Amino acid sequence: MTEALPRRRFLIGAAAGTAAVTTAGAFAAPDQALAAPEGAPQAAPRAPAPATAPAASAPEYVPEPMQVLTAAEAAFIGAAADAIIPADDLSPSGSDCGVVTYIDRQLAGAYGAGARLYRSGPFSTPQPGTGNQSPLAPLEFFRAGIAAANTWVKATYGKELDGLDGPQVAEALKAMDAGKAEFAAIGSKPFFNALLQMVMEGFFSDPMYGGNRGMASWRMIGYPGLPATYADKIETYRGKRYEAEPQSIADFS
Amino acid sequence: MVKKLKEVDAVLVGMGWTGSIMARELSRAGLSVVALERGASRVPGDDFTLPNIRDELRFSVRQELMQDPAQETVTFRHSADKTALPMRRFGAFLPGDGVGGMGTHWNAQTYRFLPSDHTLRSHLTERYGRKKIPDDMLIADWGVTYDELEGHYDRFEKLCGLSGKAGNIRGKIHPGGNPYEGWRSAEYPNKPLKPSLAGVMFGEAASGLGYHPFPAPAGNMSAPYVNPEGVRLGACQYCGHCERFGCEANAKSSPNTTLLPVLAKEAKVEIRDRCYASRLVYDKSGRKVTAVVYVDLRTGEEIEQPAGIVVLSAWVFGNTHMMLHSGIGRPYDPRTGKGVVGRNYCHQIQSAVGVFFQDKELNPFMGAGSLGMVIDDFNGDNFDHRDLDFLGGGYIALNSTNGRPILNRPVPPGTPRWGSEWKQATAQWYRRAASMNCQGSNYASRGNYLDLDPTYRDVLGRPLIRMTYNLTDNDRKMSAFLTEKGAGIAKAMGATHIAANPRKGDFDVVPYQSSHNTGGTPMGTDPSTSAVNRYLQSWDAHNLFVLGASVFPQNAGYNPTGAVGALSYWAADAVVNKYLKNPTHLMKA
Ligand SMILES: Cc1cc2nc3c(=O)[nH]c(=O)nc-3n(C[C@H](O)[C@H](O)[C@H](O)COP(=O)(O)OP(=O)(O)OC[C@H]3O[C@@H](n4cnc5c(N)ncnc54)[C@H](O)[C@@H]3O)c2cc1C
Ligand code: SF4
Repeated sequence: MTEALPRRRFLIGAAAGTAAVTTAGAFAAPDQALAAPEGAPQAAPRAPAPATAPAASAPEYVPEPMQVLTAAEAAFIGAAADAIIPADDLSPSGSDCGVVTYIDRQLAGAYGAGARLYRSGPFSTPQPGTGNQSPLAPLEFFRAGIAAANTWVKATYGKELDGLDGPQVAEALKAMDAGKAEFAAIGSKPFFNALLQMVMEGFFSDPMYGGNRGMASWRMIGYPGLPATYADKIETYRGKRYEAEPQSIADFS
Repeated sequence: MVKKLKEVDAVLVGMGWTGSIMARELSRAGLSVVALERGASRVPGDDFTLPNIRDELRFSVRQELMQDPAQETVTFRHSADKTALPMRRFGAFLPGDGVGGMGTHWNAQTYRFLPSDHTLRSHLTERYGRKKIPDDMLIADWGVTYDELEGHYDRFEKLCGLSGKAGNIRGKIHPGGNPYEGWRSAEYPNKPLKPSLAGVMFGEAASGLGYHPFPAPAGNMSAPYVNPEGVRLGACQYCGHCERFGCEANAKSSPNTTLLPVLAKEAKVEIRDRCYASRLVYDKSGRKVTAVVYVDLRTGEEIEQPAGIVVLSAWVFGNTHMMLHSGIGRPYDPRTGKGVVGRNYCHQIQSAVGVFFQDKELNPFMGAGSLGMVIDDFNGDNFDHRDLDFLGGGYIALNSTNGRPILNRPVPPGTPRWGSEWKQATAQWYRRAASMNCQGSNYASRGNYLDLDPTYRDVLGRPLIRMTYNLTDNDRKMSAFLTEKGAGIAKAMGATHIAANPRKGDFDVVPYQSSHNTGGTPMGTDPSTSAVNRYLQSWDAHNLFVLGASVFPQNAGYNPTGAVGALSYWAADAVVNKYLKNPTHLMKA
């Protein structure tokens, strides 16, 4: 949370982002990294992938319009994402990496509507070991959770989450993580767990879903993404760091 | 109005490994076969291609290839005095769906069970006396021995083209293989995969401790392979996208890559995908099943398919569900201990040992579904249990299967889950961590069983299957013992940090554990304790055969599919060579 501007205004596009990917250029692609392995039936990429633009010159981050989240909800998630994934020299912040866009799109789509979720009643409070029993689909669950969280944050700190400074946001989230924040309907821990899971998905999944901009998280940990044909490398790189410019689904499409 | 079709020789419910094997063997014998599969058809060259098959979010996190819980799920409670609640999402295990079933997206770690696993009660009684086995432990002999199954194990391994190293060929012990395994008639069809650095380190540490490491048997091809059906598989690319995905390189043995190309050309086999079987039509007095009723999910139409032979190949929950829902066999009652359907339900007691190395580059994204080094020194009854207060055991393996970052980025114990410190640790350790797996047995217990839920229903309107299940003291003690041995290997490997997590407390359906569920329709030679006989034929309907891990009377410390494949060939052999000649009960009750 180094961002000085109020999150809400930032997220609705009043300010341009700062999202240069800090680890740009750190991983040069060794020649063989993109070469098709010999005798790999069907496994080789169709053609050498188009060279991805070096991340340092990646287009500046322009906040995207939200599909379902309200400005207040987006601001909440942005503030939380930046505390969960703070900007530092390892990567830009969670929201600069597109985590809010990712969560908005997931909640706007089939997942948010509760696809692949058993939704028949009767409903009862979860028993130990039974998992979440909420009748709400994920979009509604997040909505209710954010509302409850904001009510609690306001009562405790006098402001909503995106109005707090960095250390306070972290403190508030820690209370939720520990289940110590008192929410009216949805427990603060189940809500925080769901939020944490979504933030991590947005940070680490393929950039085509709106998060992980510039493959910042993949660069941070050294994950090469696709094409993942290592039959000729598993032995030669034993004990040696294998480095390659990461490639995403878009690079192969 | 149910539309009634013309009778066929055989109808199968479910088209995973077991269904595919049975369909192949029955068509080879000249029978007309209809296979019903509720999920979609899946063709590797169309469905499992770059770049989208490498989408971790879609396939691994959102589980696109698996059963949709909105259609059908399982309810769960710890004990019979509680109310079960539905698993609204799958977690602890991931049932399959679609032509190829779970075999489409499995890891392909393919073991044989130990000879003693097949005759467990007799073996333990003989070695330790009757009193060693607790009263509420319902372990049993399979009714078929390892020696009888050896040829069928061998057939399944050749179908799959397993990569591995034999430890025991016709009684002669071969160095580098597993010295504890049952005898094999032949070496593995393919050489072992190339081990990862973590695997090499595990092997060296385990040898140093006097254990006997061997390469994990793998249905991932170390070299291109043509199986006895004439189908060609490619070489594994160590892509790290095996479990939960289809294989882009056509290098993973699955029904889709080993058998379905053959079945597609068989005029006498018809696979009806998107056809969801709802019940069996049971003639109780004739002790026969006359037909399977299903819903064509494209039209919503209800259809009855009569058949001479009916095969359940719908995995553990599907098989048990179908028998209970169709009223075949007496449901198990944990209070009286009577009844057989739903009995002997088990899972797998797995635990993990995370290992972190300050100064080692492990490249965790280079992996294969079954790329591992294993020891069997503490599996089954390979070690003396006389002075131990539990039975069973498991293998300890270091598998390098994937470094997919949404779900796999371990950090040392004590690291916060988020924030700056978490980021630092993730960046530091992602490439320097590996995970050891202690794959423990689960021995059947009187209180663990399956029945029909009184409240919750699936999309077809049937009651959901209800799972009453918890860990037992035996499980927790076994896990503590095995995990400690794993931690000992981690120490010998020189790990900077070790995260040993033995299984404690109660069962939880949320975190993924394994899809190695077993039991529900146990096999045996006594109809009062088994649902099917030693040929996997229902005691209550002589033309009904039940395939898959639902017939295991208990789970061993291995992945199940090697044994499942062997049993499928064994049952197919009984149908073709015994039942067709004299269609009646193959065993006297
Ligand atoms: C992620 C994952 C990894 C695994 N890794 C391993 C491993 O490394 N080693 C190992 O040994 N095992 C592994 N397994 C387990 C292994 O895949 C199964 O043991 C095996 O595939 C089971 O085969 P089956 O034929 O019994 O059942 P399935 O493959 O589940 O086939 C059953 C089929 O029946 C269908 N069906 C069910 N009910 C109905 C109905 N009413 N009407 C019509 N169709 C129906 C289902 O849709 C399914 O396609 C793994 C499983 C998973 C999910
Ligand atoms: S690891 Fe090997 S067998 Fe598994 S999906 Fe990748 S290429 Fe196929």
